Amino acid sequence: MLSIRIIPCLDVAGGRVVKGVNFINLRDAGDPVEVAKRYNQEGADEIVFLDITATHEARNTTVDIVRKTAEQVFIPLTVGGGIKTLGDIRNLLNAGADKVSLNSIAVKEPQIIKEASDIFGRQCVVVAIDAKKTCGNKWSVFVHGGRIDTGIDVVEWAKKAVSLGAGEILLTSMDRDGTKDGYDIELLKIVSSSAAVPIIASGGAGEYKHFAEACINGASAVLAASLFHYNLMSIADLKAYLKKQNIKTR
Amino acid sequence: MTKIAIIDYGFGNIKSVLNALNFCNADAVVINEPSKLAQYGAAILPGVGAFAPAADFLQKKGFVGAISDFVKSGKMLYGICLGFQLFFTNSFENGQYDGLNLIEGEVKKFDFNDRSLKIPHMGWNSVQWTDNPYSKLMFDGIKNGENFYFVHSYYPVLKDEKIAAGWTDYGVDFCSCIAYKNIWGSQFHIEKSGDIGLKVLKNFINVSEADK
Repeated sequence: MLSIRIIPCLDVAGGRVVKGVNFINLRDAGDPVEVAKRYNQEGADEIVFLDITATHEARNTTVDIVRKTAEQVFIPLTVGGGIKTLGDIRNLLNAGADKVSLNSIAVKEPQIIKEASDIFGRQCVVVAIDAKKTCGNKWSVFVHGGRIDTGIDVVEWAKKAVSLGAGEILLTSMDRDGTKDGYDIELLKIVSSSAAVPIIASGGAGEYKHFAEACINGASAVLAASLFHYNLMSIADLKAYLKKQNIKTR
Repeated sequence: MTKIAIIDYGFGNIKSVLNALNFCNADAVVINEPSKLAQYGAAILPGVGAFAPAADFLQKKGFVGAISDFVKSGKMLYGICLGFQLFFTNSFENGQYDGLNLIEGEVKKFDFNDRSLKIPHMGWNSVQWTDNPYSKLMFDGIKNGENFYFVHSYYPVLKDEKIAAGWTDYGVDFCSCIAYKNIWGSQFHIEKSGDIGLKVLKNFINVSEADK
């Protein structure tokens, strides 16, 4: 039986981890390679780098850290943020990324999903969806770091992304992100039941039970950032908890 | 030290495989010329993506004969993911295509009525290894049922199940790796399965050394 995946997400900019990482005894908590290594030791099942570098020029530093990380950490690595072209995707995959996560560009030019999956295989194409509740049981797709409402229905978009070739969906609830109130389970259920690919739940994890809720409601993987970075929860403890709830972990 | 060739035919996680071999202190080189294969003591056939274009490319580049000769000479070969699927007789991915036919069997798509079983089968799943003597070499030092990283929508069905090195349950119980004499391979990514994956790779390197 497949295990649930626990995924820490690191915000990187200019080749550095920019959200505080409270690892004790870590020589350089800003070094993405050191942080990725530590998460690997702690039992992370996969790592996500989210590039929040402001300028296009500085993005080469991200390719560098992907290369260095892939030389030393042997679990899957997904890279997202600011990807605009097939060339960007190729550079990241050649550097050692296993998957790329497409967000705004996928909404703007959906064909990139098809082209990328045709060339590189759908296993490496993750479509990231930032969802915000509009009314009742409806969620709208937001782009550009959650600043622009596209008016597109999240469920429709998820279905379309899968039909174009997305191999996985990284589903972030903007309403829950940063609240620590728990993942948006209704959103997760509705997307998971309409898209046949694995869903990574993101946004809102604060307690152990939030992870368990996501796992039993359609998530194949659960992502968190600050909870792990600020040492509020360790991946090893989280896995021990999930095991007790009869949720399979590695 | 045995020199290991990583066969680059344009469909692969070549870099990740090279990184893993370097990390294990192996003497590894990426090659894209079939004529060079015979110079190496062992080889790895990586691969991600679709079966048909990969099989087609292997054929066009002249790798089919080179790999077949390599295996006949008794040298160790390891196929990863799509590379593993290419070992079989044929695949039914978007049609019917011929593989390398190193192992008799076919590659089929997962087909589930249960919507909770997502496709691709993506993530960490456990491998129950068999008591085939080669699987003991493959999983030396690893406890039975350990988890490895998978990403695939197709799986092989063996004609002779005895050559399976391990089985994995995902809706069906499928052969997730084989070890038969000098032909080894796994659906899971040994280069992305953490320390356990690297251990399988080291076991492969060690057996290649011993065979030299």
